[in-house]
Amino acid sequence: MEEIKAAIEAAVPGAQVEFVPNPSVSAQHSLRLSPESAVAVATFLRDDSELAFDFLSNVSGVDWPDKEIAEKVKVTRQVVKTVDGPEGKVDQTVDETVEETRKRVEPGLLEAVYHLYSVAKKHGPLVIRMRTTNRSDKTQLPSLTPVWRAAEFQEREVFDLYGIIFTAHPDLRRILMWPEFKDHPMRKDYIDPDDFEYEPTPHDEVLKRAQAHRAAAQGTPPVEEGAAGA
Amino acid sequence: MSVAEIKLEKPDGWNRPPIIEPTGEGELLELAMGPHHPSTHGVFRMDVALDGEDVIRLKPVFGYLHRNHEKIAEGASYLASMPYTDRLDYFCSLTNNWAYALAVEKLVGQEVPERAEYIRVILAELTRIQNHAASIGFLIQEMGASGTPLMYAFKEREKILDLFESLTGSRMMCNYMRFGGCRVDVSAAWLDAASKVVAGLPEFVDEFEALLSTNEILMARCQGMGILKPELAVNAGVSGPMLRATGVNYDIRKVDHYGIYDRFQFRVPLGDHGDIYDRYMVRILEMRESIKILEQALPTIPSGPIMDAKAKIRGFRPKPGEAYGRIEAPKGELGFYLISDGGPNPYRYRVRPPSLINLTILEDMCLGHNVADVVLIFGSVDIVLGEVDR
Repeated sequence: MEEIKAAIEAAVPGAQVEFVPNPSVSAQHSLRLSPESAVAVATFLRDDSELAFDFLSNVSGVDWPDKEIAEKVKVTRQVVKTVDGPEGKVDQTVDETVEETRKRVEPGLLEAVYHLYSVAKKHGPLVIRMRTTNRSDKTQLPSLTPVWRAAEFQEREVFDLYGIIFTAHPDLRRILMWPEFKDHPMRKDYIDPDDFEYEPTPHDEVLKRAQAHRAAAQGTPPVEEGAAGA
Repeated sequence: MSVAEIKLEKPDGWNRPPIIEPTGEGELLELAMGPHHPSTHGVFRMDVALDGEDVIRLKPVFGYLHRNHEKIAEGASYLASMPYTDRLDYFCSLTNNWAYALAVEKLVGQEVPERAEYIRVILAELTRIQNHAASIGFLIQEMGASGTPLMYAFKEREKILDLFESLTGSRMMCNYMRFGGCRVDVSAAWLDAASKVVAGLPEFVDEFEALLSTNEILMARCQGMGILKPELAVNAGVSGPMLRATGVNYDIRKVDHYGIYDRFQFRVPLGDHGDIYDRYMVRILEMRESIKILEQALPTIPSGPIMDAKAKIRGFRPKPGEAYGRIEAPKGELGFYLISDGGPNPYRYRVRPPSLINLTILEDMCLGHNVADVVLIFGSVDIVLGEVDR
């Protein structure tokens, strides 16, 4: 893995490659590419006679939502305390260590993971990944379809279900959901629509949601729960 | 949007399907084949633009069977997704089980006892035989030979499904593999019955081939039809019999050495021209090689446990990390990509569906042919919509 990283850095000037260790026993470590140089690196990986990663097996999107991290930090501050002294009560400045919980939000992002194999050399997998800047308005990544055609449908699927926009993809349309669909269902914070028909006979919470939805559509107040079965 | 209007950006610099300009004699006809076209094996649509009788543009449309399998699996525990993998490629539930079990075993470093490995190989090869037999039967059906050859294939498939039913309790939705072994042990009587079925298989393949291989209609309609070049096949991620029919020697059983395939003698059949006939022939020959593996595996199966004693069943929480496991499923490379965050459910669960990715080059193969041949070329890819749409 380190050799591949060195080979990339030697062959593609200005390529930023970061080694991402995998703590699991599978030990399938990966390389994180910067989006700017990704196409050049991918072309090198495919065309280099030693590496020859000519077979793109799998493309998958991963959603990492905003994470709120609570950390306990020890803070030392100076506190004024009244202490009994020899000449009566005296104010004294004392250092005191307090534990404080600080919350910070780690911004979320979307990730595209590519698994490469070599048909010519029969080795692999090499895992490469790219990250978007955030999850809302800067979700562009370069498309690797010009390098491996295998990404054509899979990147469309990642676009459809995660909302990563692959620039320079030749035909970036929704693939599994219908064209009018608005959201990206594989995101962790996706909310099912309330008229989603997964209950043949709605009851309890689903019934309430279905009624509220129907009422909003028709402009009538929702029916009381007991009367619904009648 | 009509299919002729879909403009491909950046037309050059990638392995794109060729552009065929209309001749200008008469109007273009746009045809939606599917989702209820009888040739589409389920609910699948091909938007075709026809110039006269020739296909000049073809765009597959997916999603009619989409149920977001991956999202459902993220909300369920690792084991709870096992029965749901049966529904991906519902012809080959046992190989789906194996691919998923293999990925999870890679994630947690789980060993599998020897007897369980033998059972897995036996079941996977039986699955391969019945899948190839059925897919050839459907291919002939699409050529117009209504019923008879398909019933020959189904007659044999039925015997194999009976074996599956007596072992797992279900003909198609087997839900059999577990992380670190298998669910129930095979009995001596089952092994006897399986040996009997396997003993009858060479005769079946001979009969099937005598019926089909030199059949004039099959040769006329399949040879030189739907040609796929090996360079494009590799670049487009095509796998399985489709890839090997183009002459690329890539069988994951030989490359990855997963399971215990190293212990058996078998060859990898390769095609020459990459046309429909080669795909048909590769499937026939793969059935013969699978029979060879079964003949070696069935008599030598060792006794012993079928579940690893250290396998964790309750409170199964893999350590954080990720793993990609793949096997040679009958339709191609079936892979599962799992990310664990240490919880009881997978953080990310991705299926690498061979059926979907093998359709990437459908347009390239169909251009210039007429509609009747599109049906045949599509049939030779051998897909199951449960896996395409997930």
